[in-house]
Amino acid sequence: MSMLPDLLLVMLVLGAALWTVAARDRRSSVIGFIALGLLLALVWMRLYAVDVALTEAAVGGGATGLLLLRACARLDSIDAGKPSAGRTLQLLIGFCCAAMGVGIAAAALGGPDLPPTLAPAVAANIDAVGLGNPVTVVLLAYRAIDTLLEKIVLIAALVGVWSLAPDDVWGGPPASLKLAKASEPLTFLAQILPPVGFVIGVYLIWNGADEPGGTFQGGTVLAAMWLLVMLAGLAEPPETRRALLQYLVVFGPAVFLISGFSGFWLAEGFLSYPTGFAKTMIVALEVALALSIAVIVAMMLAGPSARTPR
Amino acid sequence: MSDVTTLYGLCASGLIAIGIYGFSLQSEPLRRIISFNLIGTGVFLLFGVAARRAAAAGFLADPVPHAMVITGIVVAFAATALTVALILRLAELNTDPEENIQPEARDEKSA
Repeated sequence: MSMLPDLLLVMLVLGAALWTVAARDRRSSVIGFIALGLLLALVWMRLYAVDVALTEAAVGGGATGLLLLRACARLDSIDAGKPSAGRTLQLLIGFCCAAMGVGIAAAALGGPDLPPTLAPAVAANIDAVGLGNPVTVVLLAYRAIDTLLEKIVLIAALVGVWSLAPDDVWGGPPASLKLAKASEPLTFLAQILPPVGFVIGVYLIWNGADEPGGTFQGGTVLAAMWLLVMLAGLAEPPETRRALLQYLVVFGPAVFLISGFSGFWLAEGFLSYPTGFAKTMIVALEVALALSIAVIVAMMLAGPSARTPR
Repeated sequence: MSDVTTLYGLCASGLIAIGIYGFSLQSEPLRRIISFNLIGTGVFLLFGVAARRAAAAGFLADPVPHAMVITGIVVAFAATALTVALILRLAELNTDPEENIQPEARDEKSA
């Protein structure tokens, strides 16, 4: 196959990366980063990693992009940029970084001809678990402990974000996401798109067991639909002190943890599944986790409780 | 096949180098976060290249690094959300002198 498309893609990726670093103002830099996230999704497709491509497009480009754009809008009204370093220093650091890049490339590409692989171990697990998507098998069976810890990190980060609220509005709702100038096309989109997006999100979660997709990709799509409704001003972000919201945040990880401990009695040990019920349990876990992920991602993007603008 | 992985390996190294450059030279915190994320995506891409080279057992790529990268992207998002919230709070505190007063002092002032 011709290498030309790959070469073009790599040049676009590096170009977008240079743009995010060199862009004059913050907003252009963020937009470059979003473009980079979408280009990287294509790169992941070329590396036969469809699940990663979906995650990168949803989280790397979409969710992180929205987070940074909102931060830009908030920061622009607060502070101005500072002067950057002198030209000699720039050249010196540029040279060092280029040398480092060459070193990393040499180390990464100079490895053995047949690199170590865990693929056979996963293949053995696939038969035992009965799922068709090897990445889901790794995430929820073979290396489920990683996924469990990832959910704990998500909750810890959300607690961190919430704890940055000023004292006098503690437990109140995050700053409204509603745009200052109401836009009719956006309102229209927020009325039309959520049912479609909801179906796509559920499809990604349900399908993740056998085909590319999964909890995080689907959960992020669900979160995006909620955020769209909030951006159009059709709904306001909920108060962070609401018990229902907090239960939803911990629901998925709690179910995961309980099912993990139940493995001691029902199966071979922590986070293992009883034979014959593995697929049922994993799909049920995925649904619970996706629900919590949708709430966590949306709440992280909404930010800590804030005062209503004076 | 090996040519394609070499190309993307170089791309990943380039992303890391550009990210470190930006991270050391940018003065704005938000742009530092963006540069740090560039380093992260470069590292993830190295995982992808390694996974593709380690294709075996009928898979087109080793699924274990893929799963680790998905976990990594999620954790990077969580860390970014937390740091962005920290930056916004810091910027608020720096501009709003009312907030710098300790709560007790504020009570005394209003009393």
